Formats: sequence, structure tokens, C-alpha cells
Amino acid sequence: MVPTDLRYTKDHEWVRVDGDEAVVGITDYATNQLGDIVFVELPDVGRTLSQAGTFGVVESVKAVSDLFSPVSGEVTSGNDALAAAPELVNSDPYGDGWMIRLKLANPTEVDELLDAAAYDALIAEG
Amino acid sequence: MPYGPHAPDDRERMLTALGIASVDELFADIPQELRASGLDLPEPEPELELSARLLALAARNRTDLASFLGAGVYRHWTPPAVDQLLLRGEWYTAYTPYQPEISQGTLQSIYEYESLVAELIDLDVVSASHYDGAAATAEAALMACRATRRERVLVSRAIHPHYRGTLRTYFGGGLRLDEIPVVADGPDAGTTDLAALERLLADGEPVAGVIAGQPNFYGLLEPMAEIGRLAHAAGALFVSVVEPVSLAVLAPPGSYGADIAAGEGQPLGIAPQYGGPYLGLLASTDALVRQIPGRLVGMTTDLDGKRAYVMTLRAREQDIRRDKAASNICTNQALLALAASIYIATIGPHGLRDVAALGAARAAELETALARAGAPRLHPGPYLNEFAIRVPNARAVHRRLLDRGVLAGLALADAEPDEPALADALLVCATEVTTTEEIERFAAALEDVLAGRPPIGVEAGAGADRRDGAPGVPSGAAR
Repeated sequence: MVPTDLRYTKDHEWVRVDGDEAVVGITDYATNQLGDIVFVELPDVGRTLSQAGTFGVVESVKAVSDLFSPVSGEVTSGNDALAAAPELVNSDPYGDGWMIRLKLANPTEVDELLDAAAYDALIAEG
Repeated sequence: MPYGPHAPDDRERMLTALGIASVDELFADIPQELRASGLDLPEPEPELELSARLLALAARNRTDLASFLGAGVYRHWTPPAVDQLLLRGEWYTAYTPYQPEISQGTLQSIYEYESLVAELIDLDVVSASHYDGAAATAEAALMACRATRRERVLVSRAIHPHYRGTLRTYFGGGLRLDEIPVVADGPDAGTTDLAALERLLADGEPVAGVIAGQPNFYGLLEPMAEIGRLAHAAGALFVSVVEPVSLAVLAPPGSYGADIAAGEGQPLGIAPQYGGPYLGLLASTDALVRQIPGRLVGMTTDLDGKRAYVMTLRAREQDIRRDKAASNICTNQALLALAASIYIATIGPHGLRDVAALGAARAAELETALARAGAPRLHPGPYLNEFAIRVPNARAVHRRLLDRGVLAGLALADAEPDEPALADALLVCATEVTTTEEIERFAAALEDVLAGRPPIGVEAGAGADRRDGAPGVPSGAAR
């Protein structure tokens, strides 16, 4: 079972609402599919993201994939620790492996995302 | 590992396995109107006749000329080891099998090339090579756009016009390319106009990268550190376009803050050839390693702890990232990169310094001789081994000098037809293979032409013979 306090996208990003901000990362399932992550490219602070728009790139030993923002908003910080330790995404995807914080432009977008049960069902399908 | 073409029965077996009757069926998805049709090729000829015809065509090349032509491609002495080693069949493909790691020899040759060029350019990362200097320069400009997420690049008008043409082609898809003018007169004439650069950086869309050459197209030395400082102050990257032999005596891009360096690798042991193939050098700082297109080879150890070479950071590449790859025009020039590696390794660091220094000395000798003959330099600033001279009716003089066995460089009006200041100028160069005798021949011929003296009859006759006929080849009689 994936964490129940998060919302999810079909592209395997998660979002945690924290006041008027949101924290975004990728799911444990995604990291297992990608394999060892060797590089994460994150957006500059201040960049405005649209919902489902790309915000960065995650590179593993076998693939490079775009990252899609679950919600729209302005980037308030990025996880700088990932530059030196991208493996944090593998080891702690919902914690130290977070990627960006956003100032929510439209909080109701969160409600459109998958809840834990729906995301569990999605990954069960494979 | 050996490579061979497919025999007809190989093809049959493959077609049977695919369940199709002909190779054409594989192309059924391509609409008829998009297919190449009716290639206008002559009928096959017997080998001897064809060879005679080609020899006759080749005999029209003038190999008797004293050449002072550079303009991006330079004559140098190449140790015979370079061409001899290139003859080995193992090198005749740039392609590695999947897994590439099975081709350790090919990977090592690329690794050595990257290491040698990195040392010469003084930057961290070197790609496995690109088509030519122009393509490498265009890739450098695209790298700057990706890295800064900006869409405008400034290129000095003192960059080779062909390179600027290639940049325009690459930028046709919506990116913006603006040209930085060249200083018209005074001590800095012919170099990039720094005041104009500052204005271009301050006005309009934010700039991703600034491109300048060292030496520039006119052979002049640019204030590279200053150009780099202005670029960085505006948040742009600095791209340096270099001639590799010059780096043995000039400050390398890494020492003056260039983020990316590009250049033509031909002077490193590759003969001047009409239309190539040539060698595109591309290097960058470590910070841009994920933006550099093409192959990168790294050194590691295998499970047994033995030294091994691997393709590294492949995930940026087109076979994995497809349309989002760093570039989809990155077939490398492995054979020519190998030639450059063997050249650098055999000439050595001291030898390369001698090549560059001797070229500069020959050029100084040439400058003195031509000035005495009546053609002073066009620009006052420092140069290395190439410079422009002022010659009235430059195109006509160039033609008359050809009749006297001298290839007097490039008429700049042919390269930059819209620049009135260059209408009466020739771009000439000297390298370590230029001889004093050739320089004297050029100066004497130039003096004659400028004085309006007709060429000596015998010389003109000999020249005409060489162009029209094919001495030593009985092609006329045979056909």
C-alpha cells in the first residue's frame, strides 16, 4: 500500500499538500521501474509550472524520463541534496528523495489527482 | 572484428524470416512521392576505362601551386604513421555493436581522442566528434540554449561565414541568432565589436550564448577573456571556436572562462579535402556534461578489476531519448578522430608547439615579403599565422596569380560579398610547410601583377597544359 496522505498522478509522481505549498516527488513504484537513479534535473526557483507540464528530468542507468508536475504553481525550492546524492530518490522516495516545493496556484487541482487506493489499483494493473 | 557486406543468400534468409518477398516491401509505408526515384546515374563502365577517366579528371587538379590558402582548412606535415595506421580494417567503421563494450579497441581509441583533445582545449568533457567544425559550433549554440533555457544566441561576424550559415540552418526552427558586428577601423579593426556586444546583451530577449573565434576568420586574435566576461555578466554561456594547432601556443578556452569550445579538427593530421570528411571538435565544462551531444567514453574497471572502457551517459542519446536526445545529428567521425589522436601522439606536445610557432614565423616572413611587394596588411591587430592583405581588384589579382602558379589565399569578397571594406582584400596564411622559396615566388608574382607586367610565356603555357590535358595518362588515345 502506498502512503495514504499523498495524492498521485498516472505518471507516478506524488504530491503532499503542506499549507499553501505542495511537495512533489516520484513514487517507490517509479523508482523500482527506473532502477538506480544517477541524476535529477530540477527547475530553477521562481519558475512557474503548469499542471501536467514537465518540471525536470530523472536519469537512471537505463532511461531518461521527463518529470510532470501534478499541480500548477511557482517553484519555491528544489531538493539540492539530490545533486550530490541522487540515490536518495531510490532509498527514500517519499521523504529525503523529494524533488520540488511549489506555491499552489490552484489548490483544487489536488482533488483531481488519484488517491492512494486509486494509485494502488493503477500499479496493480502493471 | 570483421565487417562484410550481405551476400544475396544472406538477404534471402532475412527476407524469408521476415515473411516478405523483396526489400522494397520494407519501404511500403513511405508514400511514393517521397521516395527517391530515377537517380540520374551513368551506365557502369569497365574498371580500366573508369580509372583512366578519373585519373584524367584528377590531373586537372593543380598540384604545382604555391598555396597560401587557409580560411578554415590548413596544410600541415603529417607523420606517415598516421595514414599507415588508419589503413587497418578494424577502424573502418565508426559503429560499435550492441553491446559496444565488446569493441574495447574502438572505445579505447575514442577515449584516447577525448583525453588528448581535453588536454589541448583545457575543458573537462570532449564528445567523440561531430561532422565538422561548423556542425560542432551549431551544437555548441544549441547546448547553450538548452542549458540556459534561453532562445537567443549572439555570434561574432568574425566567425567563418560557412559556420554562420550552418548556425542559421540549425536555428531555423525558431531559435534566434543575432550577429555581433566587427570593428571597422582603428587598432581593433577586424575583431568582435565589444561595445556592440554589450548593447546586444542588454537589449531584447535574454541571451543563451555568445560565440567568438580564436583566431577569428581574419586570422586575428580576439579579446576572448573580455568577451567571456561580458557574456557571463549577462547570464549567457561563452562558446569559443578554436583552431586546434594554435592551442599549442595560444591560451586554451578553459583558461579564459569558455563554457564550451568547438572547432575544426582537420589541422590535426587530416589532409585538406574538398568538402571533407572533416572532424568536429566539441568540448565543455563538467557542468554541461548532460548537454553535450554524441558519444562519451569513460574508463572504469570490470568485475575482475581490469581496466575497461565504457560508453557513459548514454541515456542522453538518441537511441534512448529519441526526440528528447541532446542531438539527433551526432554521427561521429571516428576514423578522423583517430587520425587526430595519432597525429597529436606522434607529434607530441613539443612538436605541436613547433608546428604552431613555425607557422607564425613563416606568416611573419610572408607579411614582410607581401608588404614589400605592395600589399600591406588590412588590419593592424595581432595574428598567428593567417592575415588579410589589401590588394586593389583582389579577385582579378587572385586570378592572375593563379596563372603564375600561386594560390593567393581567398578573395574575401567571395566569402563576405556584402562587406565593402573587404572588397579589396585577400586572406592568406602560412604554416610550417610554407617555404621561403614559395613566399618569394608569391611576392615576386604579386609585384609583377600589381605593376601590370604580363606573365612569362613559358609559365603561362605550362599552366594551360596542366589544366587542359592529362600528362602521362593516355586517356585521349585509349578512348
